[in-house]
Amino acid sequence: MDWELFWSSIGPMVEGGIKNTIPLTLLSFTFGLILALLTALARLSGNKVFSGIARVYVSAIRGTPLLVQLFIVFFGLPDLGVTLDPFPSAVIAFSLNVGAYASEIVRASILSVPKGQWEAGYTIGMTYPQTLRRIILPQATRVSIPPLSNSFISLVKDTSLASQILVVELFRKSQEIAARTYDFLQLYITAAILYWIVCFILSLVQGRIEKKLDRYVAK
Amino acid sequence: MQIHVQNLHKSFGELNVLRGIDLEVPKGNVVAIIGPSGSGKTTFLRCLNALEMPNQGLFEFSDGFSLDFSKYPKKNEILKLRRKSGMVFQSYNLFPHKTALENVMEGPVIVQKLNKEEVRARAVSLLEKVGLGEKMDLYPHQLSGGQQQRVGIARALAIEPELMLFDEPTSALDPELVGEVLSVMKELAREGQTMVVVTHELKFAEDVADHVMFIDGGVVVEQGPPKEILKAPKEARTKQFLDRVLNPS
Repeated sequence: MDWELFWSSIGPMVEGGIKNTIPLTLLSFTFGLILALLTALARLSGNKVFSGIARVYVSAIRGTPLLVQLFIVFFGLPDLGVTLDPFPSAVIAFSLNVGAYASEIVRASILSVPKGQWEAGYTIGMTYPQTLRRIILPQATRVSIPPLSNSFISLVKDTSLASQILVVELFRKSQEIAARTYDFLQLYITAAILYWIVCFILSLVQGRIEKKLDRYVAK
Repeated sequence: MQIHVQNLHKSFGELNVLRGIDLEVPKGNVVAIIGPSGSGKTTFLRCLNALEMPNQGLFEFSDGFSLDFSKYPKKNEILKLRRKSGMVFQSYNLFPHKTALENVMEGPVIVQKLNKEEVRARAVSLLEKVGLGEKMDLYPHQLSGGQQQRVGIARALAIEPELMLFDEPTSALDPELVGEVLSVMKELAREGQTMVVVTHELKFAEDVADHVMFIDGGVVVEQGPPKEILKAPKEARTKQFLDRVLNPS
């Protein structure tokens, strides 16, 4: 263990994490969840066109590697005249990816709410959007927290792939330093531990959210 | 006449569940619907609130509002129909993430957009009326079945419906909890609330209903005052049904 290297490398890595890894994760997850909800609702709508588009989208994203999706957005789109910076390219690719995977989670959690809850909303005069927002989604959220936390934690780690399209995030910082010092093992283990710490904190947060949402459930 | 329903038909695919049912409920009257399981009585009640969409049938209300189901109704017509009636479910269907008070306030606040403080005051008095003034800040899972169903009644009443619909409101309850729900319903009937009740409680039908309908096979087999239908039925099918309910073994 080279402590001098450790102290000089950890600063840039944490900086990469704070400046890029975390914003990339948060933005992609937020946009991804919005996409996921829309996709799930399209699947559940019974409208053949919407539901067909949603199916193709989910199938295409789940059937292709994330790294290839990143490359298409960053290196491929310029051929069509769409040239984006690394960071926005990564946000687009990750959002699309999260949206597809999470849509299945959202769909299943909406379906897990008993039909009687929709009916109860309708009988007090609520519209579909009112029932969805006030009655169904709050109950579906509780069910979806554990699997969505999985997606979120996966996303934190997947953002390391953005290093391949020149986003200077945590892992790319470690690569840059390793390229100068040749201390591959120590630098990559340091990066790994930093990811682990972030994910560990996230699973603690998950536990707290679950506890909070469980207050109205019979034990 | 609070509501007049003519020639209601409903089928699920090939299965004709309702084959031309008429219903007249004068203002302030209680109509009890009885019949064997699978007779279509619950489907009929759910059609009155468009939870099941009738294939055919004409609804006319006393205020001139009418809805003809021979063509698919518009969204706002369905909403209007639903705001005229309150529904009480067999399995309560309370919102589990809301307290008893929030359950009751939800309709008036979100749908009717009424002032929250006024709604709260009215919701509290509705919960007091059903005997749950002390329990209003509890979540449904903290209440007994009978208490949950009484919250369900208060929630339905909160939108001030012209018509209250009850779908076997005591069937899911333990026997010792049935009484508390029926007594709330009796009180409503006494106050002049117009009600349609699908029920297995023949005693309740006899004591409270102004009119009893016996439905079987998707048609009204026999109807009339409770004394006539329950004590001196003319149709063999009605007799057979009553006999089976009264002498189960």
